[in-house]
Amino acid sequence: MRSRKQLLETAVHGIFLMLGLVTVGCVLLITVYLVVSGIPAIRQIGLVPFLLGDTWESTAAQPSYGILPFILTSIYGTAGAILFGVPVGFFAAVYLAKLAPTQVKSIVEAAVSLLAGIPSVVYGLVGMLVLVPGTRALFHVPDGASLLAAIIVLSVMILPSIIKVSITALEAVPKEYEDASLALGATPIETYFRVSVPAARSGIAAAVVLGVGRAIGEAMAVMMVSGNAANMPSLFESVRFLTTAVSSEMSYSSGLQRQALFSIALVLFLFIMLINAVLNFFLKGQKEG
Amino acid sequence: MLDRPISPSRRAYIGVMGLLCALSVLLVCALALFLIGYVLAAGLPNLSWELLTTKPSYLSDTIGILPDILNTIYIILAALLIVLPLGAGAAVYLTEYAANKRLVSVIEYAAETLSGIPSIIYGLVGMLVFTGVLGTSLLAGALTLVIMNLPTIMRTTQESLRTVPQSYREGAFGLGAGKWRVIRTVVLPGCADGIITGCILSVGRILGESAALLFTAGFAHALNGFFTGLASPGATLTVALYVYAKEQGEFGVAFAIAAILMLLTLAVNLTAALVGWYFRKRRAL
Repeated sequence: MRSRKQLLETAVHGIFLMLGLVTVGCVLLITVYLVVSGIPAIRQIGLVPFLLGDTWESTAAQPSYGILPFILTSIYGTAGAILFGVPVGFFAAVYLAKLAPTQVKSIVEAAVSLLAGIPSVVYGLVGMLVLVPGTRALFHVPDGASLLAAIIVLSVMILPSIIKVSITALEAVPKEYEDASLALGATPIETYFRVSVPAARSGIAAAVVLGVGRAIGEAMAVMMVSGNAANMPSLFESVRFLTTAVSSEMSYSSGLQRQALFSIALVLFLFIMLINAVLNFFLKGQKEG
Repeated sequence: MLDRPISPSRRAYIGVMGLLCALSVLLVCALALFLIGYVLAAGLPNLSWELLTTKPSYLSDTIGILPDILNTIYIILAALLIVLPLGAGAAVYLTEYAANKRLVSVIEYAAETLSGIPSIIYGLVGMLVFTGVLGTSLLAGALTLVIMNLPTIMRTTQESLRTVPQSYREGAFGLGAGKWRVIRTVVLPGCADGIITGCILSVGRILGESAALLFTAGFAHALNGFFTGLASPGATLTVALYVYAKEQGEFGVAFAIAAILMLLTLAVNLTAALVGWYFRKRRAL
C-alpha cells in the first residue's frame, strides 16, 4: 500500500517536472527550427551580401537578396518610436505613479490598459485611414504610406508597456528616500524627478528596452501603414521592416526566396534575443536596487 | 517652513516638469479617447444583424462575419484548453516541487524569452512545425497560440500560488496527506484566482492576435462546427479585418469588425478589473 502511494507521488512529480520543462522545450524548438531553416539561404547567398546587400529583388530574373534596407528600416523605425514614445510614456508614468489623485490614476490606467489591449490590426486600420492620408496632405508627398506613419503607429503602440513598467519601477522606490528629500526642503516635483527617477533608473531602462522589443517585433500594424516597398529607409518613402519582409512574401514564396525569408526571421530573432539579454540585465539591476 | 522663497530657476524647473507631466497624461488620454471614439463611430453604423449572422456569399455579393466570430471562439477555447494544464502545471512544479535553483532559473528564463518573442516569429515557427502535420487549420493556429500564452498563464498562476499560506500546506501534511493530495485539495483551489486572471489575459491576447495566425490558421470563411472547424482553415476576427482592409478594400466591414474587437477589448479589461477586485476583497476578509 505504502509503495503504491510512493509510486503515485513519483509519477505525479515526474508529470509536473515534464510540464515545467515544456517552456524550455518550446524555446529550444523555436531556436532550432529558426536556425535550421534560416542557415541554408545565408550559406547560399553569403553572409555579407545577405546582411549588407542594399537591394532586395526576390522575384527578379536575376534575384538579389540583400536585407540591409529591412535591417535599417527596423532600426530607424524603432529609434523613431522610442524618440516619440519614451518621453510621453516617462512623464505620464511619473505623473501616474507619484502625482495623480487616486481616482484620476485609476481612470488613466484604464485608458492605458485599453491602449495595450487594442489589437494591432485595429491600430493598422486607423493608421491606414487617418495617418496615411494625413501624412500625404500635411507633407505634400505622393503616398502617405511611409516610415513616418509607421513610426507614429509604433510610438503609440509601445506607450502602454513603457508606462506600466515605469510605474512599477517608480512605485518600488522606498518612501524614505522621498521623505528625506522633502524634509530637506525640495518640492514634491523636484523630489520625484531628482530622487525617485534616479532611484528607479534600472526599471525605467527596462521599460525602454521592452518598448524597443515591442516596436521591432510588430508586424501587422506596420504592414498596413508602411507601404511595403523594399526601399532604403527614408521618412516619407514606402519602406519594409524585417517583420513585414517575412509576412508580405511568405504566402507566395518558394525555393531560395522562401529560405531567405526564414533567414530574415532568424536575423529578427537574433535582434530579439539581444534585446532580451539587455532587458534581463536591467531587470536584475532593479532587483538588486 | 523656511521663509526663503524658491529661486526662479527652481520655480521654472518645477513648472516645466509639471507641465510636461500634464501634457503627456492628456496626450495618452486623448489617444485612447480618439481611438475608441473613431473606431466606434466608423464601425457601429456598419454593424448589422445580417453581417453578424451570415457567411460571405459570392452569389449575392454580401459579406458576413459569422464564420470569423465562430472561428475566434473555437480558437480561444482550443488554445485555453491546452495551455491551462501546461501553464498551471509548470507553475505548480516551480513553486511546489522544484528544489534545484538552477533548473528554476532556466525555466523562468525560458518563459521570459517566450514572452519577448514577437508574434510573427511564432507564426513562422507554427507554420513550420504544426501546419506540416496538421495542415493550415485552426488547430495549428491554436497550438501556436498555446506556446505564446504559456508564459502568461504560468506567471499569473505562480503569483497566486505564492500567496497560498505555507501553514495551509503544513497543516495538510501534518494530517498525513501526501504531496499530490495537498496540491490537489489545498494548493490548486487556492490559486484559482491566478488561473482565472491568466485566462482573461490570454483571451485578450488571442482576440488581438493576427500575425501568428496568418500562416497557421489561414483565412477561409467557411461555416463549421467546433471539431470540423478545428481541422479546417479559418480566419479569426483580426485576420478577417486585415484581409478585408488590406487586400479587399472593404473598409466598412473592417471597421465593423474593429468596433466589435474594441468592445470585446473593453469587456475583457473590465472583467479583468472586476475579477481582480473581487479576489482582492475576498482575500482581505
